[in-house]
Amino acid sequence: MSAREAIFARLKANRPAGDYPLPAVPDFAPLVGDDLVAEFTERLARMGGRVERAGSPADPFAPVRSRLAGAAVIASAVPEYSGNRDLRAAQRPQDMADVDVAIVRARFGVAETGSVLFTESDLIVNSVAYLAQHLIVLLDPADLLANIQAAYKRPEFGQSAYAVLHTGPSATADIEGVLIHGAQGVRSLTVLLLRRTAPGPI
Amino acid sequence: MSEELNPREGVIHPEVRAPSDESERGPDGRRLQHAEAASKPIRADAPREPQPRGAKIKGNRPIDQGEAAERFLAAPLHQKAHDERLWDVRKKRDAAAHGIPEWEELREIASQIKAHTLTHLDDYLAQFEAAAKANGVHVHWAEDGAAHNRIVLDILQKHGAKSLVKSKSMLTEECGFRHFMAAHDIDIIETDLGERIQQLDEEEPSHVVMPAVHKTRLDVADVFARTLGTDPDNDDAHYLAESQRETTRPLILKADAGLTGCNFAIAETGTVVTCTNEGNADLSGNVPPLQIHSIGIEKIIPKVEHLGVFIRLLSRSALGSPITQYTSHFRAPRAGTEMHMVLVDNGRSERLGMEEFWTSLKCIRCGACMNTCPVYRRSGGLSYGATYSGPIGLIIDPTFNKRKYSTLPFSSTMNGSCTNVCPVKINIHEQIFAWRKVLAEEHQIPLLKQGMMKAAGAVLSRPAAYRAAISTADSALRALPRFAVYNPANTWGKKREMPHAPRQSFHAWYRQNRMNKDGQS
Ligand code: SF4
Repeated sequence: MSAREAIFARLKANRPAGDYPLPAVPDFAPLVGDDLVAEFTERLARMGGRVERAGSPADPFAPVRSRLAGAAVIASAVPEYSGNRDLRAAQRPQDMADVDVAIVRARFGVAETGSVLFTESDLIVNSVAYLAQHLIVLLDPADLLANIQAAYKRPEFGQSAYAVLHTGPSATADIEGVLIHGAQGVRSLTVLLLRRTAPGPI
Repeated sequence: MSEELNPREGVIHPEVRAPSDESERGPDGRRLQHAEAASKPIRADAPREPQPRGAKIKGNRPIDQGEAAERFLAAPLHQKAHDERLWDVRKKRDAAAHGIPEWEELREIASQIKAHTLTHLDDYLAQFEAAAKANGVHVHWAEDGAAHNRIVLDILQKHGAKSLVKSKSMLTEECGFRHFMAAHDIDIIETDLGERIQQLDEEEPSHVVMPAVHKTRLDVADVFARTLGTDPDNDDAHYLAESQRETTRPLILKADAGLTGCNFAIAETGTVVTCTNEGNADLSGNVPPLQIHSIGIEKIIPKVEHLGVFIRLLSRSALGSPITQYTSHFRAPRAGTEMHMVLVDNGRSERLGMEEFWTSLKCIRCGACMNTCPVYRRSGGLSYGATYSGPIGLIIDPTFNKRKYSTLPFSSTMNGSCTNVCPVKINIHEQIFAWRKVLAEEHQIPLLKQGMMKAAGAVLSRPAAYRAAISTADSALRALPRFAVYNPANTWGKKREMPHAPRQSFHAWYRQNRMNKDGQS
């Protein structure tokens, strides 16, 4: 008998008696008010991220200018900004090791938690979202959802090879509860509220 | 919630009050306390005190948790820092739960989803397997820990892989994965900071969420000085964390393979979900050319929509934060790479057949029962001498080894607080008592404790009255109510006086001070 068969046989033999139907999950009222941008901004700030409104149409990246100016290697996955590291030309995930700032666009944001979602097609190279020192995330305010429950109704989770919710930067408090950003992944996460110019995700 | 969280309660013991506050601040200058952060600085300061070590393991002989607990209690700086830290997390959990009006409903739904899935586990596992295979994933089945280790070794050898980075996984701890791989010359690198500290110190994790919570910064400074060559006199937490980042990063970049555990496995899509604060599961899964996920078969949930229930409960119960920094959904391999999933039984299918104990399989490993447990807080996770410690450990460790863990169900005051906080509503304290009965009947426990059993039975034979008593006493009080300490079911705490009672319980304070002002945090 294979391991699989043995496990399945035991599961069948040991199935607890009784009827345990799958409960319906009601739609809970969102815990956030109508101003999703304000709620998102407040919640993300508590998780260690920050939110900036885009600058003028001529210079939307003005609020993150100083971060970009100090960066030697910028990897951009968005058409709104051209960095100096071509993600599509990357051969290996490890090639992202020297990236100072990565710029990516979120599929959507979640106001209740301050989270943003990426899939493998938004990141182009998944590792860039972790190996970069800092992450700048473009988010269209129209892409904000009220809560996590709404997020899990989106199709990305059934379609993408990889989907990830980021809620602030990499963090640890494993040493005496002292909160430190940049445990293993990015040291900072800044969301720039900027409408999509290109058509939405494919 | 923030530093104004009960300034009057004064629960921080003066000996562990930190002179300064090094935690990160938000853009508005407010102190942040997400991830595992403490809501106020807690610091075990000089004079240096050697770290109390865990239970003495003597083969198959029953663990003497009490002996290890006495040593932990005899190290006051460690004990107080540990107690304060976990109690603080427990309070943050309460505040997070109070912020959600449907909290109790969510617990009930989560518990029912788990009961349903566990009673149809063969169907859902088959569905998961089919979905994963359709996604191009290699699926493996392991009957026990040894089989899991052999399967992973086999995958590694086929790829000529000699090093593996991994994120935290209690399942791999269960399997003795690191020890096995060391014997086969495979380099294993833990990437969670707490777990890395424990690996470098050759110690098991002491908590399911915060593996090194029993260590002070001085202990960490010692370990890193010894193993990473850091300055032994520098115990700055930022310096230590950064040293770990700088030394681990090259190992991540060079690793031949990456492995993660699994918080939830979704049957309909074949997805493995991990929840971390450091992003280290994402590094392990996305950087090396070979990707492996180890999954306990009880981690299955039917659909993506059910994540909307569990994700809302997990981090709030564990740490009091609304979500972990990273919630990652691994479904299919990256182009040109292989993705393997190893589904591990290791006693779970047997446990499913234990009428009184099968619901322990609902556990989502949030650690809330540990943080609230007065015995755990005052003895440290390593005193249990088992992979799982605290209340959840008491009810699942004996399923792995009845003799070795026969004494653990007695390390409880039976105050019921664990049951009250469990996000999937496992009747933990009742199972603890049920284990005592089983072990007594099978003569796995010493006569002295069998005598205690009779007395305890008298109290617990009226479960409704007992339950009412513990819930009106608001059972997670900082200090246990006298009846809980002195009731005959308490086989642990009579001699061990409960520490510094607050003037007012947290709940009472909360109701009085915050509920009206701020209903949502
Ligand atoms: S038993 Fe419940 S409270 Fe304890 S770790 Fe498991 S889910 Fe959390």
